[in-house]
Amino acid sequence: MANDEHREGIKGMANPGRYGIERVAYWMMRLSGLGLLAYFIGHIYETSNILRGQVGWDEVLELTQTTEAHIVLAIVIGMCVFHTVNGVRVMLGHGGIGVGKPARPDYPYEPASQNYRHKIGIYSAILLSAIAMMYGMAVMFGE
Amino acid sequence: MAQVSSIANEQTSTPLSSSTSITLRISRFNPEHDESSGFMEFSVPVQKWTTVLEAILEVKKHFDHSVAVRYSCRQATCGSCGMIINGKPRLACFTKISELNSNVVTVEPMNNFPVIRDLAVKFEKLFDSHQKIKPFLIRDDTELVSDEKEFLQSPEEVEQYIQFANCIKCGLCNSACPTMATDSSFVGPQALAQAYRYVADTRDKGKDSRLKIIDDSHGIWRCHFAGSCSQVCPKGVDPAMGIQLLRGYLLGFRS
Ligand code: HEM
Ligand code: SF4
Ligand code: FES
Repeated sequence: MANDEHREGIKGMANPGRYGIERVAYWMMRLSGLGLLAYFIGHIYETSNILRGQVGWDEVLELTQTTEAHIVLAIVIGMCVFHTVNGVRVMLGHGGIGVGKPARPDYPYEPASQNYRHKIGIYSAILLSAIAMMYGMAVMFGE
Repeated sequence: MAQVSSIANEQTSTPLSSSTSITLRISRFNPEHDESSGFMEFSVPVQKWTTVLEAILEVKKHFDHSVAVRYSCRQATCGSCGMIINGKPRLACFTKISELNSNVVTVEPMNNFPVIRDLAVKFEKLFDSHQKIKPFLIRDDTELVSDEKEFLQSPEEVEQYIQFANCIKCGLCNSACPTMATDSSFVGPQALAQAYRYVADTRDKGKDSRLKIIDDSHGIWRCHFAGSCSQVCPKGVDPAMGIQLLRGYLLGFRS
């Protein structure tokens, strides 16, 4: 055993295969949050180049016009839309909204909190971020 | 000779002995002298109704008595037999082999609990966290001295918490929880659901003190509403719901 407490660790935390779309949304939320944070820091560095004047600014803009940069930006767009839409869902859930009402459970004990409202929220977040990514790529690569 | 073998065939095809066999892979580990865990495989005959616990007991009876497993009620009531069965936390006595749709059944000790030996894990932390949220009615008077003898509740009031009172302290939810996977101080879905059970009980007056206990850096705020606890709970407790409703109080959505 890797540790005395027999904790599943980060691999078990992130493993999305076993517990439905809710667990997938959970780690996509974390991943996109960290991705956006990384982008945010990079973005501050990128825009700070304006202090180097017109030439420096143009140089940095040049860097963002490559295929690689467009792909990175498309991913950022996807993360941004997913994180925002799913973030609204999670915030409502955290406030106890849309998580179902307590009731005497019956076999096979379908949990009321894992309901279609939240599933629709998750699938819409994925769908909207896919659409936004495609639109973004159409604009970036369509020039 | 041909006749003999056909008789043998006939015998094996009679209903009583027509059971199929599955391979039961049991995780073996003794922290006292093993460096790491390993699997032992057993071929076990099963019927349509054979549970995973029965298969393990079959192994203990006929192949290897030293397999360590904890069980008591065999009917999803005592909460002793939680383990990882084919990758997911489940009660061994409440899981039929036939519902797993697999010829290979792998049993491992529950994650996020220290292993005593093989399939048996330590529950001290689970019970400590459960105790921490004060799992009893808090109020100044008691049923014994009150004129009314008992505190009356309407069926609607009972409905508010009875689901959460179904908890058998099996720990499956804590084993599935992604926060539990990395945070050894997290109070866990089992205890948080029980905090809700008492907060939602109209006879209880301890809401404020309970909310204070869970309003901790390793308390309720570590829940990210991944919902895995509710998906594995064998009693329909739905800890994820209880936790979000509880958080509703702390965030001011409810009073
Ligand atoms: C309007 C837009 C946003 C909304 C609605 C939102 C909402 C949320 C929510 C509800 C969580 C908690 C999720 C949970 O409990 O698991 C969260 C986590 C997080 N967010 Fe956002 N967020 C937004 C924008 C951003 C931006 C722009 C950044 C980066 C600069 C960001 C970075 C993060 C990070 C790092 C986490 C923590 C991830 C984790 O460890 O689970 N978010 N967000
Ligand atoms: S909430 Fe469900 S899974 Fe968790 S300990 Fe109680 S009965 Fe077991
Ligand atoms: S043996 Fe009691 S819950 Fe399984």
